[in-house]
Amino acid sequence: MRALATNRRRVALGAGALVAAAVLGAGCGGSGGRPKDVVLVTHDSFAVSKDVERAFETDSGLQLRILQGGDANETLNKALLTAGDPQGDVIFGIDDSILSRALDGDLLDEYRSPELASLEPDFSNPDSHVTPIDHGEVCLNVDRGWFTSHDVPPPTSLSDLVLDRYRNLLVVENPATSSPGLAFLLATIATFGDRWESYWRGLRANGVLAVDGWEEAYTQQFSGSAGSPGKRPIVVSYASSPAAEVIFASKKPSTAPTAAVENGCYRQVEYAGILRGAHNVDGARKLIDFMLSQRFQADVPGSMFVYPVRSGVPLPEAFVTYAVVPKDPLQLPPAEIDANRDRWVARWTDIVVR
Amino acid sequence: MDGHRRTLSRTATAAVPIAFLALFFAWPLVAILRRSLVVDGRLDVPWGVVTGGLTRQVLWFTLWQATVSTALTLAAGLPLAWALSRFRFRGRSVVEAFVLVPFVLPTVVVATAFIALLPDGVERSVWAILLAHVFFNVAVVVRVVGAFWAGLDRRLWDAAATLGASGGQRRLRLTLPLLAPALASAASIVFLFCFTSFGVIVILGGPGYATLESEIYNQAARLFDLRTAAVLGLIQLAAVAATVLVSGRLERRLGGPRRGGQEAPRPTGRERIAVGAVVLCSVALLALPLLALVVRSLQVGDGYGFDHFTALAHETPALFVAPWHAVLNSLLFATAAAAIALAVGIPAAVAVAGGRRGLDVLLMLPLGASAALLGFGFLLAFADPPLDLRSSPWIVPLAQSLVALPFVVRALVPALRAVDIRLREAAEVLGATPGQIRRQIELPLLARPLAVAAGLAFAVALGEFGATVFVVRADWPTVPVAIFRFLGRPGEDNVGAAMALCVVLMGLVAAVALVSERVLVRGGPR
Repeated sequence: MRALATNRRRVALGAGALVAAAVLGAGCGGSGGRPKDVVLVTHDSFAVSKDVERAFETDSGLQLRILQGGDANETLNKALLTAGDPQGDVIFGIDDSILSRALDGDLLDEYRSPELASLEPDFSNPDSHVTPIDHGEVCLNVDRGWFTSHDVPPPTSLSDLVLDRYRNLLVVENPATSSPGLAFLLATIATFGDRWESYWRGLRANGVLAVDGWEEAYTQQFSGSAGSPGKRPIVVSYASSPAAEVIFASKKPSTAPTAAVENGCYRQVEYAGILRGAHNVDGARKLIDFMLSQRFQADVPGSMFVYPVRSGVPLPEAFVTYAVVPKDPLQLPPAEIDANRDRWVARWTDIVVR
Repeated sequence: MDGHRRTLSRTATAAVPIAFLALFFAWPLVAILRRSLVVDGRLDVPWGVVTGGLTRQVLWFTLWQATVSTALTLAAGLPLAWALSRFRFRGRSVVEAFVLVPFVLPTVVVATAFIALLPDGVERSVWAILLAHVFFNVAVVVRVVGAFWAGLDRRLWDAAATLGASGGQRRLRLTLPLLAPALASAASIVFLFCFTSFGVIVILGGPGYATLESEIYNQAARLFDLRTAAVLGLIQLAAVAATVLVSGRLERRLGGPRRGGQEAPRPTGRERIAVGAVVLCSVALLALPLLALVVRSLQVGDGYGFDHFTALAHETPALFVAPWHAVLNSLLFATAAAAIALAVGIPAAVAVAGGRRGLDVLLMLPLGASAALLGFGFLLAFADPPLDLRSSPWIVPLAQSLVALPFVVRALVPALRAVDIRLREAAEVLGATPGQIRRQIELPLLARPLAVAAGLAFAVALGEFGATVFVVRADWPTVPVAIFRFLGRPGEDNVGAAMALCVVLMGLVAAVALVSERVLVRGGPR
């Protein structure tokens, strides 16, 4: 009895102390002198190897702190909400399809990194507010085992997907809520132009399944990913996903269980920028320069399963063997995307979901 | 004790929770509403949203799925609550601990298990949503109703039987009315959970289904239409407040006389068969999705093994720390969150039981506020010193305690109200001080509900995802956040790590529930 009462008091004391500590601890941070850390605001898919992160901290004398805030779109929205009084110094993960919103939102300070000169020509001349860091291609992935055992040839282009032999086999992501989903919608618009709506009507008639996010599509509905309960052998994912299936397999297979379809891939470039009102602008510049360095760029494929933008950066072996770098990926101009995105997504919703 | 001092101490009791809610709930909410709805210093509400077709459609679906889910959950949970609270049998505490497990599992995880188990046609239908809601919330009914049921004076049933009431009559005219306060309590929590359901709707329902909560998230975090989100958020808050008011009215109808320290009997004769059947069926149904998860965590390539568990010790690119750190973080945060929730929730429950009805509604509101809106509010409200909390790790237990708080209060209030007033009066007449009454009469009667409250608060904090993911720092992931990050990456090792962490989380919750039951109830003096 007594023990319980004392415990309760101790609990109350503990909680009080905790709140006080939080307030005090928070109050101390950020104020006074030169900032010792640099804060990177980014999406959930951001990753970096520990030794690469340490190399940055040793070279710059700054501690790197990372805040992850949902997917790319949500991360941008949070940054827009706090524009001018930002949560961090650098934002990373703005892709082409949402780039114009970041630029229109008066969110970023200008910065042109000296490292830009070392990038592949496709990437070396961006808008002065952003710096390209990596690119990835959204492609159809197929479960090779399924197609072999069912004696059906896998699709080789987007237009194949409306054929009867691919009925009820495709799972895609909702473009309203998923970044690869939007990229795939853009791929169909870039391919079919004005006829994209009738193409999607054909997909719906052929039993396409739309889910909200990549996780559900790839790890739960797609039959080709390891351990998945899924039943559909075609999914919208990335060109690098087959390499991931090999790298993360418990027993390395001699051939990848999945493959990317090289036709109809859509290129997404991911950008970083310095947030207006950043506490540590100097650190922010150092961080962006570092993200373009040979060391960070070489780490990008293994950590995030995207491709470097710097020229002459070697790819890991599994990428060379199992992943494809699509030769002529589709792309739409950011201004065209921005002018039409909401309308396209609304039309897509009417056609596919309602 | 004179009336004046009593009023004063009651005000002081209510001040703690009110200050807490004002700072960590009302302020951020006001911040985001002001940002969304105040244009050039004038309130400008897009009322068109309220009457729009989309809103009506979403509101209707939200209401009916929550109502049906609640009814189904009560139907599924009551038999088990009866078996666990009225009888003593081997393994009872294990079953009680086990029931809590589904309640704290992150929705992503359970959805994976459901997709694996359900046949094709059911998989993305409203049935999947309803089933998942029942699976998640059965624990609330079993715990809240069970704790109350166990404390009811058994002699009433004996008396009714002696007076010739049949089994059916006893259930209908004695059990149900006596349980009304706890039923209202449990039903209102389950209803609120289903009403504000998010993960289940998004994953099991897909793009075709939307509740208010999922639509607010969609509007705020994805489309960045804060004005629409804010209006929908206000509608949801109003609906939640109305629910709480109605259930509060039901709940205040006083429960039956309580007796502490009564020993539950072993079931005899036909009871044995009934108790056995109820327990076995319930456990089997709850265990099925969990077993599917365990099997997946052990799948390595074409065979089975513990590789995914041993891999938790090593750093991976998916997290910024080795995964087992997430387990430590979760335990630390959940302990802090449960401590805060109890420290705020106990005085709150005392105040509510003492007649502060407004506080009751206020305490339930965090359950009804959209996590996305509140998260945005946190970003705005706690941006500057001295409360620059938005990058502090301690913001996590604060956010979690906000979600856990209503459970503490709900678990305590019915029991507090039902403490026989005559006991207190008798003690006062015999010269006991208020402190003595509290320690020697009320606390022993409340030991079990307190244990339930602490266990629930800890478990809720342990499994909390929606608010945590919004405020957590990448280098301080909790287990649900780590699971989410692993599931966001392709490859067997990542999925395997996610499944292994799910199993660890399940084990943690079950262990905590077992321990809280043993230490606080069995070990405590009667």
